[in-house]
Amino acid sequence: MSEVPDKTNITDYYYSGFKLFEDSLNGQLKTKVHQLRNEAIKDFSRLGFPAVSNEEWKYTNIKPILKVNFKPAQLADKTTGMFPAINSNTVKLFLIPELKVNLIVFVNGVYNSELSNIPSELTGIKIESLADILKGGSDFITEKIIPESKINDGFAALNKAFTSDGAIVTVADNAVIDEPVHLMFLSGSDSENLLVQPHNYIFAGRNSRVKIIESFHSISENANLINSLSEIFIEENARITHYKIQNDSADSGQVNRTQVYQQRSSVFTSFAITFDGALVRNDIYTVFQGEGGESHLYGLYLANGKSHIDNHTMIDHAAARCQSNEFYKGILDDHARGVFNGKVMVRRDAQKTLAYQSNKNLLLSKFARVDTKPQLEIFADDVKCSHGATVGQLNDESVFYLRSRGIGADMARSILINAFASDIIDQIDIEPLREYLNNKILDKLNKV
Amino acid sequence: MPENSKLNLDRGYKTMLLSVKDLSVSIDNKEILRGINFQVNPGEIHAIMGPNGSGKSTFASVLAGRTGYIINSGEVIFGGKNLLELSPEDRAREGLFLAFQYPVEIPGISNATFLKTALNEIRKYKGEEELDAMEFLALMKEKMKLVGMDSALISRPVNHGFSGGEKKRNEVFQLTVLEPRLAILDETDSGLDIDALKIVANGVNLYKGDSREKSVVLVTHYQRLLDYIVPDFVHVLYNGRIVKSGGKELAFELEEKGYDWIKEENKEPAAV
Repeated sequence: MSEVPDKTNITDYYYSGFKLFEDSLNGQLKTKVHQLRNEAIKDFSRLGFPAVSNEEWKYTNIKPILKVNFKPAQLADKTTGMFPAINSNTVKLFLIPELKVNLIVFVNGVYNSELSNIPSELTGIKIESLADILKGGSDFITEKIIPESKINDGFAALNKAFTSDGAIVTVADNAVIDEPVHLMFLSGSDSENLLVQPHNYIFAGRNSRVKIIESFHSISENANLINSLSEIFIEENARITHYKIQNDSADSGQVNRTQVYQQRSSVFTSFAITFDGALVRNDIYTVFQGEGGESHLYGLYLANGKSHIDNHTMIDHAAARCQSNEFYKGILDDHARGVFNGKVMVRRDAQKTLAYQSNKNLLLSKFARVDTKPQLEIFADDVKCSHGATVGQLNDESVFYLRSRGIGADMARSILINAFASDIIDQIDIEPLREYLNNKILDKLNKV
Repeated sequence: MPENSKLNLDRGYKTMLLSVKDLSVSIDNKEILRGINFQVNPGEIHAIMGPNGSGKSTFASVLAGRTGYIINSGEVIFGGKNLLELSPEDRAREGLFLAFQYPVEIPGISNATFLKTALNEIRKYKGEEELDAMEFLALMKEKMKLVGMDSALISRPVNHGFSGGEKKRNEVFQLTVLEPRLAILDETDSGLDIDALKIVANGVNLYKGDSREKSVVLVTHYQRLLDYIVPDFVHVLYNGRIVKSGGKELAFELEEKGYDWIKEENKEPAAV
């Protein structure tokens, strides 16, 4: 078991973890990838983990989560069977019923080919593990990746420092992929608290269409911390729909960053659906690097107990004639806390921008709380932008109406909460996924 | 004492569907109902008329179980049970239905899903088998014809985007599907033009038919509705009391004379 260190040494603790990780890498030290890792760990040492004095983390205090020393999964002892026994039955538990997918499974951040289900004759799409690519000595990442602007976030820096595995999904030009790609992350150890940091890359070629599902699940009682980063590159006229489902144990933490780079006329649609977690922080950053693009960001967070769910988004209208649309809804009960911070930046030359944002919250208890903050920075003058946020309770008149028709008080409440969530769920274009999420909501509500 | 008091004679506790005795209700320390006595037997149609502020909607709301009212005294027996002790859902399950004056919109749940859930909860309570999706759809189609309900509205969220008339028609539609023993219509005619009124009235009449099992209480300000749904008894509620009862001719008398006549007859002595 990890010992709880002196608080001021948290950064040092992870830095020494990095050194151990580096030692384990044979022959990779001279590669460009490792150069990037080194730069990243330097950034991390400089930045440390964000404190509440950091504007971006003002409402989310991560200190309590970090009281536990999480062991980077790369350093965990895999040989003595400390990872829980997982087989295809475990995986079945987490699949979306009735939905055929191209499945890639990661156990504690490591690709598991046995549990995955990637058809050998896939046309138009390649699904690979980052670790395999790196083992082959490829530096492909640095070729394809646009040089990063300075990393300002400690979590992102830490993830990049430990870059070792994740999914690489490459969709060819003009390919339309019918079956969604499901990235399934199973994490947990029976004896340690793990830090799992997948780093995924998704490339959508010109005119291509693909759907990506990312789900995160705990497979042991011990709390773990996921610090994941997905980088998505959408070429001209391509469309990606990204579904992120967080339904993890109530004790775990998850920091999840999605960075999207959109070329001309591309469409990015995202669903961030969060049901559980001691602390969940989602960052979605998307930038329009060509004109005529669209970004549609939807989110639903259901929090109860002492859960803390923080959704931060940043849409950078760096090109003209692009459209962005954000709709996030929160349902909070008990002592739960939600945060929504939606930033929209419209740069000086981004004329004819359309940017709409809405955040609606339902508070079901006296102690539930939400902090909602829209931030619009508009430097162009021919634009249409709007934002709105509401916080409210269940409508008494609606409850009475349902009861007056014979529906019991508890069921009436569930129906109305479900109705509130349906604005988001109904936007999902995959029917089995909609069905699955509606059932999850009902399950969650019955415990509420 | 109201005239025609023989209409208010205790007609036998066991046969009565609804019996209200000396019901007194306040809101915010103001007494709205001041001792209501009212009885409905199975199969009867009653109209409760009165000027604005007389307590008509309060009476309907209290019977349905809306909160925010203080019951000062009195009792209400419905189907042999103490109504005031039942939750709103149990009142509905026992067969009481209130057609709201201002039905609320509930986006996010369709009229069909809502009604199916309600009907099955009522059936469960009565020990009857729940209807599955197919059976319910068949039932709905049958009732939609009765009320002239546009089938497109069924899959829309409850009352969402409905006009005033469509909302009132939806109330009557629900009535025909849930088949309560006692339907209370709270100013269902208000805000309707003559065509919408006829459709709504037709729906109520089709629902009631000649059945001795179903009763209706129409709470209304205007006599107009009673041309189409003919009451057996008409009562006038003024200042929180039923001050007059009669047959359907009473409604014509009110139409002719207005409510001033009632107000004159029931002027309260000046406080000293």
